[in-house]
Amino acid sequence: MPDRYHIHTVPMPPLFQRVGKFGNVDWREDCSRCSNCVKLRCLYDVYRQESAYNRDPMTPLEPLDGCKACLSCVQGCTKGLLNVSVNPEFLDMGDDYWKPDILLTTWNQADTGRIPVSGAGYRGRFHGPGFDSIWTDMSEIVRPTRDGIHGREYISTSVDIGPKPLRLKFTADGKMLTPPSRLLEIQIPVILDMPAWQAQGAHLAGARIAAAKQLKTLAVAGAGDAVQALPKQLPFVMPLLATDDIGNSRDILESARMAEVRDGPDVLDLAATLNSINPRLLVAVRMPLSPAAADRVVELNRAGLKVFHLCADLHGREILDGGKRGRHIKDSLREVHGRLVKEGLRDEITLIVSGGIALAEHMAKAIICGADLVAVDTALLVALGCRVCRDAHPTGAESQDKCGSAESCPAETDAVDRGYAAQRIVNLMGAWHSQLIEVLGAMGIREVRRLRGEVGRAIFMEDIEKEAFGDLCRVPRSQVRA
Amino acid sequence: MTTSEAVQAVEAVRPATSGWPQEKVAREIRPAPDRYRNAIGKYQVDRSAACASCGRCVEACVYGVHTKPAGYAFTLRPLDHLCIGPECAETAASCVSQCPRQALTVRPNPSAECMGDARWSSDLILSTWHQASTGRPAPPHLESRLGASGGGFDNLRFKFEVAGFEDQFPIAAAGAATADIDTGLDLNHRGDGRPQVHIDIPVYGGGMSFGSVSIHTILGKARAAVAWNSFSCTGEGGYPDRLKPYDDHMITQVATGLFGVREDTIQRVRIVEFKYAQGAKPGLGGHLLGDKNTPAVARMREAVAGNALFSPFPFHSVYSVEDHKKHVDWIKEVNRNCLVSVKVSTPTDVDMVAVGSYYAGAHIIHLDGSYGGTGAAPDIAKKNIAMPIEYAIPKVHKFLSAEGIRDKVTLIVSGGIRTAYDALKAIALGADGVVVGTVEMVALGCVRCACCESGRGCPRGIASTDPELSMLMSLEWATQRLINLNNAWREQMVDALARLGMKSIRELRGRSDVLCCLADEPVSAGEVSQ
Repeated sequence: MPDRYHIHTVPMPPLFQRVGKFGNVDWREDCSRCSNCVKLRCLYDVYRQESAYNRDPMTPLEPLDGCKACLSCVQGCTKGLLNVSVNPEFLDMGDDYWKPDILLTTWNQADTGRIPVSGAGYRGRFHGPGFDSIWTDMSEIVRPTRDGIHGREYISTSVDIGPKPLRLKFTADGKMLTPPSRLLEIQIPVILDMPAWQAQGAHLAGARIAAAKQLKTLAVAGAGDAVQALPKQLPFVMPLLATDDIGNSRDILESARMAEVRDGPDVLDLAATLNSINPRLLVAVRMPLSPAAADRVVELNRAGLKVFHLCADLHGREILDGGKRGRHIKDSLREVHGRLVKEGLRDEITLIVSGGIALAEHMAKAIICGADLVAVDTALLVALGCRVCRDAHPTGAESQDKCGSAESCPAETDAVDRGYAAQRIVNLMGAWHSQLIEVLGAMGIREVRRLRGEVGRAIFMEDIEKEAFGDLCRVPRSQVRA
Repeated sequence: MTTSEAVQAVEAVRPATSGWPQEKVAREIRPAPDRYRNAIGKYQVDRSAACASCGRCVEACVYGVHTKPAGYAFTLRPLDHLCIGPECAETAASCVSQCPRQALTVRPNPSAECMGDARWSSDLILSTWHQASTGRPAPPHLESRLGASGGGFDNLRFKFEVAGFEDQFPIAAAGAATADIDTGLDLNHRGDGRPQVHIDIPVYGGGMSFGSVSIHTILGKARAAVAWNSFSCTGEGGYPDRLKPYDDHMITQVATGLFGVREDTIQRVRIVEFKYAQGAKPGLGGHLLGDKNTPAVARMREAVAGNALFSPFPFHSVYSVEDHKKHVDWIKEVNRNCLVSVKVSTPTDVDMVAVGSYYAGAHIIHLDGSYGGTGAAPDIAKKNIAMPIEYAIPKVHKFLSAEGIRDKVTLIVSGGIRTAYDALKAIALGADGVVVGTVEMVALGCVRCACCESGRGCPRGIASTDPELSMLMSLEWATQRLINLNNAWREQMVDALARLGMKSIRELRGRSDVLCCLADEPVSAGEVSQ
């Protein structure tokens, strides 16, 4: 049995007061100052703990960010003076994909490195677009991973990147003709990518690289940021290079195990140049996830490239010409994967997918849809306290400059300490890793490599809805009384 | 079968092995108002300082929101949980329009909005509280049939609820003699010589273990089950002595950790349940934190106090359906009068699992869908692993029918049955009956704050063994709330069956033709009239 891979998480409390979901308490008139005040009896001691944050003790509104909305105080106050309401600031965070609940759970995971656990069953919508219309399977009785979750049996989350020979060739006297494989093994099916919209602070790239080393994975960094990596960190850096960068990046390329180049007319030349500097270097092609992606992957594969990083937008959608929103990863990636399977190329190629990977379950579902591994970007910023502010989404230079700065960013990600940021990223990935093991354990799968493209072990809403309700009479929603 | 006949039937099959005096609980509907000082309603009525206590509001309000007892100089604080809101406020007789000083305002209650989530909307919680409080269906201003999840049961309607189908289901039919409508269910269809077990409503209580919920919650569930000639379940973790007076209405669970399982506990009951998996954390087993393994819990589970206890997944001694049969045979040998229920989750091959369980000898197949669960579970498991129960029911029902064994096994489903209408829809899709868990917790005052596991446990004293918190609720009150809830559900079931022209809940099983599914896109006329 291999050594057990373990992610060492360390509690990292947030630097700023958390925006809570509930807890703007307002008082009606008439408080009698009774000695039995519900504020003293709060089970979570929220009133006392948060009094330091209350800006104005005379205000009728008392923000209580740690309130759990158990409503014991509301229902217990002797004069019925209290009300709790949903915090509008909480609802205002994020957007329709990066929902406030996603931000909150990401923050909590980055704080502690622990799996989110709660009681009282599932609370969300029945299904939704994209990843929310997939359920993963479980194995009821017969399964190979008994007790995998509880640690007595090992579930591997490592993946291989690089060309895999489908068969070995030998000479008549038994000498192997196939060149040795250049597989790169990383221990989690995740690489740490650059956030899509933010101008890259060097310290954030440094934090990603440090986290990647600890996680035994890779961190994508621009050529300028990769330079700052310490020599012992270089094997964990995946520089994103253009032709102009090569001159200054020779040292990095000699130590790095993998690099990335953007797709374009000169991509083959660029890859050849990189391999001439370091023949063992794996070169990934970074390209937008679009309806043309499958054709392009097949074309570049013929030319000898084997690793592809397909980038969806912030919401996991295809990037189309003219800024239109295309299909979700769930649909477009299955198309790419299916095409490669059909052409008999799938096992030669490594697919990395990124964009919209916001939760641990997205990682598992993207792999089920055909990715070998995923790249996480925006979620890493959220781990540092980012709220995915609506104003900052445009990729214009002005908003990039403001994003993360003390004057506009409540989390001040520009000023965050590098070591602190690295540990929070490690914590988040630690929690995701544990959750991936939960999913694999429930499915009875011993290693994440076998999850790739396993659509037969997933339940797709469109299919199951048809199977279960296909014979029911259908009526338009408008025909039903509200 | 009338209720008295059913009680006699229960007496007839009482296992001789138990021998413990069985307590009777009257099926009486009595008010059981909110146990907190301030009940929460959908609307909030504010009375400003302009009020002159003239008492006009007391005369105007027919819902009892305003009160001014004789001899009182001032009108009392409004009982705003009784207010029906804008529907009344728009009429000339409302307190707001009648107040000569314009001192009254009605607005949505912000605290009530804090309770809601997509599956359990604020209205569903409030309407469940109303049913548990009064024993009657909720008033129209509270949505009591549907959540806001946008799919599954919330996307299904009975045809009599949809415009265009009224001719098929005339309202006049609802006036037919509802007293004759039977909601009872026999649970043994194998014809294997074992006793018949009859329940008066197609609903019984889910397993909640000793240690996960307060003793008053456990006993309240058991006593309500006695009153309604139904069942409650011990969950995994032993059979507390205080449940012995309700042996005839308890299901004892044999789960993967085998905690608290003894020959005595198996011989004591009429139904034994094998728990392979549970919907909230399918395929993951259970984990009792060391802190919760108190000396009392440890004694019950025959474990060492303070140690974390793992309930593995799945049974370590079951690798095949043949192994499963061996276990069912073992239970049947230990208790020759009991029925065996097999509780499984909902994987893609749930239909095969159900058939396998039948051939292994199960009387009841209990499917637990992925959106339910009352205890703590990883969020990723609750949302993503295994299919929701709405999809599993027709899948299994059709497969069992095709196999020719549908009438030989009882199909019980759980995992997200929130309302009487959810239960009816589940039965129309193919189940025989349902198991409920969360709705019982809500009836006892749960607001679904999801803090069941943190700190001292449930702040409302329902799912906590903390000595102070668990005393927030009395046993009598808990029992009455659950008895009332069952009555309100039964009334709604009877009403719906009357609309459908059916005399028995058993007629509804598998009648998916009385359901329709909402579609967002325009539907052609041909499809509607299918």
